[in-house]
Formats: sequence, structure tokens, C-alpha cells
Amino acid sequence: MELLKVTHLHKEFGQNTVLNDINLSVEKGEVVVIIGPSGCGKSTFLRCLNGLEEIQGGVITISGLPVEAGKRDITKLRQKIGMVFQSYELFPHKTVLENIILAPTKVQKRDKEEATKEAIELLDKVGLVDKKDYYPRQLSGGQKQRVAIVRALLMHPEVILFDEVTAALDPEMVHEVLETMIALAKAGSTMLIVTHEMAFAKAIADRIIFIDKGDIVEETRDVKEFFIEPKTERAKKFLKTFAYE
Amino acid sequence: MDSLGIDVLFKGTNFLRLLQGLWVSVEISLIAVVLSIILGLVVGMLMTLNNPFLKTILKVYLEVVRIMPQMVLLFIVYFGTTRVFGWEVSAEASAIIVFTFWGTAEMGDLVRGSIKSIPVIQFESAMALGFNKVQTYFYIIFPQTIRRLIPLSINLITRMIKTTSLVLMIGIVEVLKVAQQIIEANRNSSPNAAFGVFAVVFLLYFIVCWPISRLATYLEKRWE
Repeated sequence: MELLKVTHLHKEFGQNTVLNDINLSVEKGEVVVIIGPSGCGKSTFLRCLNGLEEIQGGVITISGLPVEAGKRDITKLRQKIGMVFQSYELFPHKTVLENIILAPTKVQKRDKEEATKEAIELLDKVGLVDKKDYYPRQLSGGQKQRVAIVRALLMHPEVILFDEVTAALDPEMVHEVLETMIALAKAGSTMLIVTHEMAFAKAIADRIIFIDKGDIVEETRDVKEFFIEPKTERAKKFLKTFAYE
Repeated sequence: MDSLGIDVLFKGTNFLRLLQGLWVSVEISLIAVVLSIILGLVVGMLMTLNNPFLKTILKVYLEVVRIMPQMVLLFIVYFGTTRVFGWEVSAEASAIIVFTFWGTAEMGDLVRGSIKSIPVIQFESAMALGFNKVQTYFYIIFPQTIRRLIPLSINLITRMIKTTSLVLMIGIVEVLKVAQQIIEANRNSSPNAAFGVFAVVFLLYFIVCWPISRLATYLEKRWE
């Protein structure tokens, strides 16, 4: 089943074209990893998908509904699209538990007890249930990021966007976050992931999309083959930057 | 050493009158401060919107308040409007209008600064969770704004309380005016009263302002 469809997406900042005629279709349960050099437009692409950026051309649909930044309905659509940021962006004045249940109870008007119960179950899964009454500043980066993932999950999104979620973390914390994401992928979540962790990309991806200078340069479901022998020169050159002789 | 002249406060109901005068000052500041905080939140939020028309108007408003001495504003509202517009504004109402007009502008500017200091991505993270604009401000931005605002606004609030001493110029009998009356009435019997009475007035202002700054320190620690 097609969940997310992007056709002829065009995005520019002033005179600068950031994304040029991007086409993509994502099935339910698929894990798509987007890689590419810094400034290639991959993060901007994710931000377009939940209407945090206005687009200058093309159509984005989630379960058949168009995503249009600035429209009134956008808040309804965003509930179907979870997003996890590089800098976690927990709300500093709320505890872990309050962070997690705020949107479900205030936006979706769900029962507080039921939301709390689910939050605690999920926190338990990521090993943070004992931190539920802590404030974000009392947590490590990896813990904050796992809380941010739980917060996104509690909205029951149909697709989750991960924007370089481990880029700000110490190496040993990267692992705990990636483990959480692999568990999600195994449980059948639909995920779009922007990352610089190539080993992780190889392990989790159903499909790799390589973006350079605003274009999709290479797209493949043969993930193993991509990391051994990419088809395009540009992808080859990019992957080489991760290898040390 | 000569007498400090505090003894006049124990004559008749002098001290009680002084306290009543203090209450007038506190009442005017209290109402003006509360109104300024509420309106300042709104004005501060409007200042952060990218509407050029609103921005210009609010900038002019803020400049007017900064440039005009509060006493001139008091005179315009109390004496000026009566003749020109035929408004019968009482002295107390004039004082509250002027102090709120002043406080709202300055509080608005503090709120603007506090909102601007919250990273844009906090707004985005709220929006990504499906919060609409109003909910984002109410649940995420304002609570953080208020925490940043406390230390900044204490300075403004105590300044407002102190400046209410100007209202004696439009005939309001507040603490300073009562003090003057007591001193005048006892000029012959206690010529030193000016020192003692004004010193007590100083103490009274201190007693009003000090708890506010203690409360601010407490809240800052709690919300750290």
C-alpha cells in the first residue's frame, strides 16, 4: 500500500534551488534511508514532507491527503507524520512523561491515564522507565533522543521522519539510539531516515536514496550491492569519503 | 545628637495614615503591574510576528513610552483629556492608565526578547507533533517565556512601584504625600521629622519591593 507519494517536488530558498523535481513513493512498512553529502537537501526534503517548509512546486501526499504548509489541515496531517530532530527538542519545562503525553492529550484529546500507560510501556521498551519524572536537562543525549522517539511514537504516526538523529551524540550513545530504531523497523514502522551512519544505513534500509545537489542521483532496493558497488560515479565518490585506507 | 524625628509618627493616627498612603501606592502599582503583564504578553507576541504594519506601530508605541517622562503622560491623561475630550477621568484611573500604558510597552519588549531567545526549532518540534499556533504558544512557548521573563520583569515591576510616587503630582494622597503632610503639620514641634519620616517611607518601599525580588529568586531556583 502506498503511504507517501512525492511528485515533481521543487523547493528553493530565494534564488537557490535546493530540491529539483524529486519523485518518490514509499510503501507502508518500508524503511527508506536517505544519504548524501552535507547541504545536498536531504534534511530540507524531510522538512517538506510534514510542511515545515513551503514548497514551490509539486505535490506531496500522505495516505492520499495533500501536505500543504500553512493550510489549516496541516496540523491534522502532522499527527500522521512523526518527526525526530537532530537536537532532540524535548520541551525543557516538562518532565519526560509530560513531554511524551502532552501532544496525545492536548492535540488528540486522548485520555490522560491511557496515554500515560502507553507512555510507560514504551519507555520501558527503550529502558528509560525509571527516568519518567526527570527533566530533559538531567538526561544524556542518547536518553533524550530515545525519549524524543517515544514522544513521536505515542502519536501513532503512519510514518516517522528521522533527521540525522545521531549526529549530535557521542559514539557510545549513537548505538543505543540506533538499536531503538532497528527495533522499530522490525516492528513494521514506516520510516524515512536521513543519516551519516553508513553501517547503520546498510543494516536498517529496505531502500537507499542517494541525493546530491537537490537531485535523486541513485535509488535502489539492493542495499548490499549499493554499498559494495554503487552504479553512479557520484555515489562511489561519496561512499569513498567514509573509507580510510 | 539631635532627635531623628521619628516620634511624630506615634502622634495621633499618623502612622496609620502613612500605611493607608502606602496602600494607595501598592494598589495602583498592583493593578497596573497585573494589567501590564497580561497585556505585555499579548503585545510581546505581536511584536514577534512578521507583520510590518504592526511592527511599526508597536515600535512607535515603545519609543513614545521610553522618551516621554511618566509625569508628562500623567499630566496629559489627567489634566489634558478633561478639557480637550471632556473625559472625567479620576486621578487614580489616570494613574492606572498611565502606568499600564508604560508597563505594557516595556513588558512587551521583555516578552519579545524572551520569545526570540527560544530556538525556532522548539516551535517546529511542537508543530511537528500537530500543535496548532495557539496551542504551541500556550503549552510550549509561553511557559518557557515566563521562566526567562521573571528576572527581567522584576526590575520593571520594582521601578513601577517606585515611580508611583509621581502620582502625588496629580493630587493622589499616597505614601509620600502623607509623609509630606505629617512633616508640614509638625514643622514647629518636630523640625527634624523630615529625616525620620522619609526614612520610614524608605523602609516601607523596601518592605514592599524586597519580597518581590525574593520571590523571583525562589522561582528562578525552582525552575532552573
